[in-house]
Amino acid sequence: METVPEPGSNVPPKKDRLQTKKKKPRRYWEQETTGTAAGASPGPPRKRKRNRELRPQKPKKNDTSKKFRMSKKPRELKSPRPQRSLSGAQDPFAGPAPVSVEVVQKYCRIDKSKELPHPKTKTRSRLVVAEAQEEETSVRAARSELLLTEEPGFLEGEDGEDTAKIRQADIVEAVDIASAAKHFDLNLRQFGPYRLNYSRTGRHLAFGGRRGHVAALDWVTKKLTCEINVMEAVRDIRFLHSEALLAVAQNRWLHIYDNQGIELHCVRRCDRVTRLEFLPFHFLLATASETGFLTYLDVSVGKIVAALNARAGRLSVMTQNPYNAVIHLGHSNGTVSLWSPAMKEPLVKILCHRGGVRAVAVDSTGMHMATSGLDHQLKVFDLRGTFQPLSARTLPQGAGHLAFSQRGLLAAGMGDVVNIWAGQGKASPPSLEQPYLTHRLSGHVHGLQFCPYEDVLGVGHSGGITSMLVPGAAEPNFDGLESNPYRSRKQRQEWEVKALLEKVPAELICLDPRALAEVDVISLEQAKKERAERLGYDPDARTPFQPKPKQKGRSSTASLVKRKRKVMDQEHRVSGHRGRAGHPKGNALLLAPLASSTCHFSPVSPYPGQNPPEPGAAAAEAREGQAHGGPAVGPGQIRALSQAPGPRRNILSPRPPVGNYPSLE
Amino acid sequence: MSRNQAAESNLLALNQQKELEDLPKDYPLSTSEDEGDNDGERKHQKLLESISSLNRKDRQKLAERSEASLKVSEFSVSSEGSGEKLVLSDLLEPVKTSSSLAAVKKQLNRVKSKKTVELPLHREEIEQIHREVAFNKSSQILSKWDPVVLKNWQAEQLVFPLSKPQSVFAPIEHVVSGWKAGTPLEQEIFDLLHKNKQPVTEPLLTPVEKASLKAMSLEEVKMRRAELQRARALQSYYEARARREKRIKSKKYHRILKKGKAKQALKDFEKLQKVNPAAALEELEKLDKARMMERMSLKHQNSGKWAKSKAIMAKYDLEARQAMQEQLARNKELMQKVQAASESEEEEEVQEEEEEPLVPDMVNGVQIKANGLNPWMFQNHFIVAKEAEVQKDLENPAEPEAQETSESEEERAVVEEETLLKEFEERRSLRQKSELNHMAEPVHRHVTKDPSSQEVLSELRALSQKLITENHQSGKQELSSARTAQREEPAREEEEPMLLQRPKRAQTLDELEELGREGCVENKELPRTAVEGLQKEQMIDLQNLLTTKSSSVKSLAVPTTVQELEDEEERDQRQMIKVAFAGDDAIRDFLKEKREAVEASKPKDLDLTLPGWGKWGGMGLKPSAKKRRRFLIKAPEGPPRKDKNLPNVIISEKRNIHAAAHQVQVLSHPFTHHHQFERTIQTPIGSTWNTQRAFQKLTMSKVVTKPGHIIKPIKAEDVGYRSSSRSDLSVVQRNPKRLSIRHKKLLENNCVD
Repeated sequence: METVPEPGSNVPPKKDRLQTKKKKPRRYWEQETTGTAAGASPGPPRKRKRNRELRPQKPKKNDTSKKFRMSKKPRELKSPRPQRSLSGAQDPFAGPAPVSVEVVQKYCRIDKSKELPHPKTKTRSRLVVAEAQEEETSVRAARSELLLTEEPGFLEGEDGEDTAKIRQADIVEAVDIASAAKHFDLNLRQFGPYRLNYSRTGRHLAFGGRRGHVAALDWVTKKLTCEINVMEAVRDIRFLHSEALLAVAQNRWLHIYDNQGIELHCVRRCDRVTRLEFLPFHFLLATASETGFLTYLDVSVGKIVAALNARAGRLSVMTQNPYNAVIHLGHSNGTVSLWSPAMKEPLVKILCHRGGVRAVAVDSTGMHMATSGLDHQLKVFDLRGTFQPLSARTLPQGAGHLAFSQRGLLAAGMGDVVNIWAGQGKASPPSLEQPYLTHRLSGHVHGLQFCPYEDVLGVGHSGGITSMLVPGAAEPNFDGLESNPYRSRKQRQEWEVKALLEKVPAELICLDPRALAEVDVISLEQAKKERAERLGYDPDARTPFQPKPKQKGRSSTASLVKRKRKVMDQEHRVSGHRGRAGHPKGNALLLAPLASSTCHFSPVSPYPGQNPPEPGAAAAEAREGQAHGGPAVGPGQIRALSQAPGPRRNILSPRPPVGNYPSLE
Repeated sequence: MSRNQAAESNLLALNQQKELEDLPKDYPLSTSEDEGDNDGERKHQKLLESISSLNRKDRQKLAERSEASLKVSEFSVSSEGSGEKLVLSDLLEPVKTSSSLAAVKKQLNRVKSKKTVELPLHREEIEQIHREVAFNKSSQILSKWDPVVLKNWQAEQLVFPLSKPQSVFAPIEHVVSGWKAGTPLEQEIFDLLHKNKQPVTEPLLTPVEKASLKAMSLEEVKMRRAELQRARALQSYYEARARREKRIKSKKYHRILKKGKAKQALKDFEKLQKVNPAAALEELEKLDKARMMERMSLKHQNSGKWAKSKAIMAKYDLEARQAMQEQLARNKELMQKVQAASESEEEEEVQEEEEEPLVPDMVNGVQIKANGLNPWMFQNHFIVAKEAEVQKDLENPAEPEAQETSESEEERAVVEEETLLKEFEERRSLRQKSELNHMAEPVHRHVTKDPSSQEVLSELRALSQKLITENHQSGKQELSSARTAQREEPAREEEEPMLLQRPKRAQTLDELEELGREGCVENKELPRTAVEGLQKEQMIDLQNLLTTKSSSVKSLAVPTTVQELEDEEERDQRQMIKVAFAGDDAIRDFLKEKREAVEASKPKDLDLTLPGWGKWGGMGLKPSAKKRRRFLIKAPEGPPRKDKNLPNVIISEKRNIHAAAHQVQVLSHPFTHHHQFERTIQTPIGSTWNTQRAFQKLTMSKVVTKPGHIIKPIKAEDVGYRSSSRSDLSVVQRNPKRLSIRHKKLLENNCVD
């Protein structure tokens, strides 16, 4: 009977009785007496008591570390219990402000997926310190998210209304005057189809017409800085690290002008350049030429770092991955190849289309690549190791130009129409079902770029330049120290010096920017092997397990063998598991749903590569990662985490955004 | 001269001796013969004696016996000649002990007991011992500093010169509460406050005020008191009763009590079932859980201590035997699968049946029947009667003791049980209804109950197949037999994989058709697609990848070709050509390229064959395959390529040596694995990733020194130790020879060792 619980055990009266039995009845005076007892002697004795209470609350080192420890159960960091103050009033918000765990998680950079061998005490203490540091810094960073005040804009149709039906004129009517002024058309039919480029701060715009017209202006105030005609076909135009320098790919050679329109250099080693890309953290100007060469020019020292032969004919499609500074080239055989100046061969070659590739664009998180081909297809690829298409759609005429915005909107120029698709959130791929916006231009699209930190899409076409309003395109918060649209000349010069000091070596560009925070295992192993050879034995080798002799006949040969076998099996299992875990991410990824994958794999990141010309500190973060070389772990993880669907969260800038106010020169 | 003197003294002494020797002998004679002479002689003798006693030295000197003589002086006894050694104590023994002699004796004893003194150790050895002791001592003293050293080693920052720990920041309240009235005025004020019970630190409410706030009204108090009294009384009754009951030792009483409880539980359950079916269900679940626990723990087997003791007793004691049987019965009951759990299974089974019509219906029917009991438990019992018995057992799982109680009780119990087990019976009836469909072949049923006999199963399948075909009257005997023949083979395998595989076998068109006639096609489709999906996941099809059919755009603004520039036209033309000729060649080229890349990245085998070695060589002659195989050193296979499963991607396996030059190549000391080290460098420290405060903290220097200050060595006072340890150490260090008594003892111990 003892195993069978009584069915009637929770019959109410019994329960009641049980309760009375369990609990000693509380005397009504008990509470009172204690109260009065405490009250009766309010003098010295109470004081002593309180002193005793308070002693452990003295700030110790342990306490500070505990303060930052996160408890998983409540989703917020709990502050210690409110202390009673002298006046008897309690601080309702005692302790440090609570921080949500999700936000903190976003700033945690230690990759805990790799399992560690059991550490020794000293090592463990180091690891513990490292983790405590990470936690503290991430909590601080999460707290400072408070300073990101701006919210991204958005366009929302009334129920059932398609946002794509909303015309630019409607948007302009609805927004304030300052924003409405950002929509404009430049009718430049004479020098026909235009390429354009925004500076990194988003303040300046340069454009070059096919027939030699080159101009740069502060597009917000519409103040022209220079306007020249180079009397030669202009293939592409690009700002260098600041708005003061301008690279123009002309018919024969590459020319560099300053903001007065004075020609500073003519780089004859880069001839017949078709496309230009500038890698801001490496100070590299990448040029793709008709001759099939990809050339990296270091603009800080004026040296050509690498000239790579792509062996795929004429190169006319190029873009950069802002996350790791890898250059993507599109080829006529339908492949896209990824290049780094350190490698003579492409890092990755992806077969994307049946026909040739017409346009490539990579989003700022480095997770998605959009390609369009001659087969009229538009595809979005996953760049996080699998390089598989996430979504595809056939367009009636195919897209000739593609561009991603800072917040992941995808713009495609098809003939004289521009379509814009939006995704769920910041790091989600754009869903190609329904366009977010459409706009018809007066000419065929020849260049597309979203303006950084402004909800504006610049379109260069055969009829001139059009500046479109695209709500929610750009990052609302900028990092005042990194790319400040309102910076003065002095500030720009300061920034220039710092940026040059933090320049990242070109050879650090590789697919996984986080590789720099890893140990070079191959050389390590090699060194170990050589050492063992030199010494004649391996000093690190573990002695084979010898079972301890046991008493009372338990030390028989069979049991010894059994014990040995047990240990061996365990080791084997562990090593096998590690091997599997260490190996290809490929398999796991293939099985995982790509779109919704959390940061599990994530292009986690130190940045030997380059970073997103991106919002707030994240961009800056990236850059420093590159500059530091060492323990750089950038926002990769942040991005991966923020990829989760749901309300968008700002990327943090740990520093307060400095110049939020316009300070015009 | 001197010789004369000596001779004279000798003579004199001889005389004296003679006289002395004569004296005792002569004495009795003299007394008898001549008293007068004797008197005078005696006087003279006395005189001589007194004179001689003056010179003690002379007295001591006793003449040595040098020649044999009759007269032997008792004072000059010598032991010469005799073999024995004379011991002084022997001589002294008869003499009465005196204080002086005791001392002598003691001395003697001590002398006797003392051993010989050992040789002193070598100087070096002594020094070594000294060093050892000094080392132990000093290491002991120094170990006090270990925590300090560890703390400093782990400290985030060290500030030199060392200063005492700064007074920690304390909130004003703490300061104030620690404050004491010092001046007489203050004391007076506080006295006054304390007397009047006024709050000193918390000025909000006096204790009296607080108490009054908390106080209840009189009625409330009375009510509450009465309530509490009642509760207490009840509690005491209850406790008393429980105590009394606990003391009862009668087994019978307890048994009855248990049974009563069980009955009560049943009743309660019944009630609950009527009132609250959900709760009743929960109860049932609990029962089920208990059963499961039992099944897990196997507590009621006859292996416990109690059971063993009973087993011994069982031979003689009827009661014990009964108890054992009871327990066994209970075990059996609990080990059975109860139907409550099996019902859902049954449903699943039915679903499975629907999904997989290939398994003959009859088999499933039988399985339904078999579900009632655990097939593992009853593998050998196929007799219907037995099964019925078991079923009966099943019906009353909650009432095991009911059977062996008196008849009347049992009847009552059964009545109660019936209500409880209504649902069981209902279920059973349901099941029996389902069984009615398959009543045709009861024998087969029992045969196939053995799940392990797959051959039988396949036979049965064949049989049922025939039956079905007969029913359909399609007359396709040969077909079904063919199919069964096909299935004979996989029947040996386990059932589930077989079910998965079967659709593959039936892939040919005609077979499908036949199956369709039998109405099984739609069910079959499902598993096959699943299988195909599985295969697809393993390898992504390149063809499919590129030809993803997607809905064409229904954009609002379809691009118009109003004013086309030449290049656009040109491009369009080219595009059209490309589209027209777009085909496999791009894919083929790519695959070829990939194959080449894979080949290039593979480690090369080393061929060591020497043509002509041991054989004829020359133009047109090749070393034999055997030779080549023998001298081919196979390169170890590298790790799998990253693009192994990605047909549309070529990922370069080359290492970026330029970037590798920037990576860390040596593991620093405490780390044993590179992952450990990587973890410590993964957090960025730059100000761009961190807030200003965090950055400052991360880049804080480890050691801070104040310029212009002397950094003195650490003292015991600095870290809160008494200074004695320090002085102790210094003493030891200065002159290790002057050790304390304790040290000396230690030293001695070491020596002995």
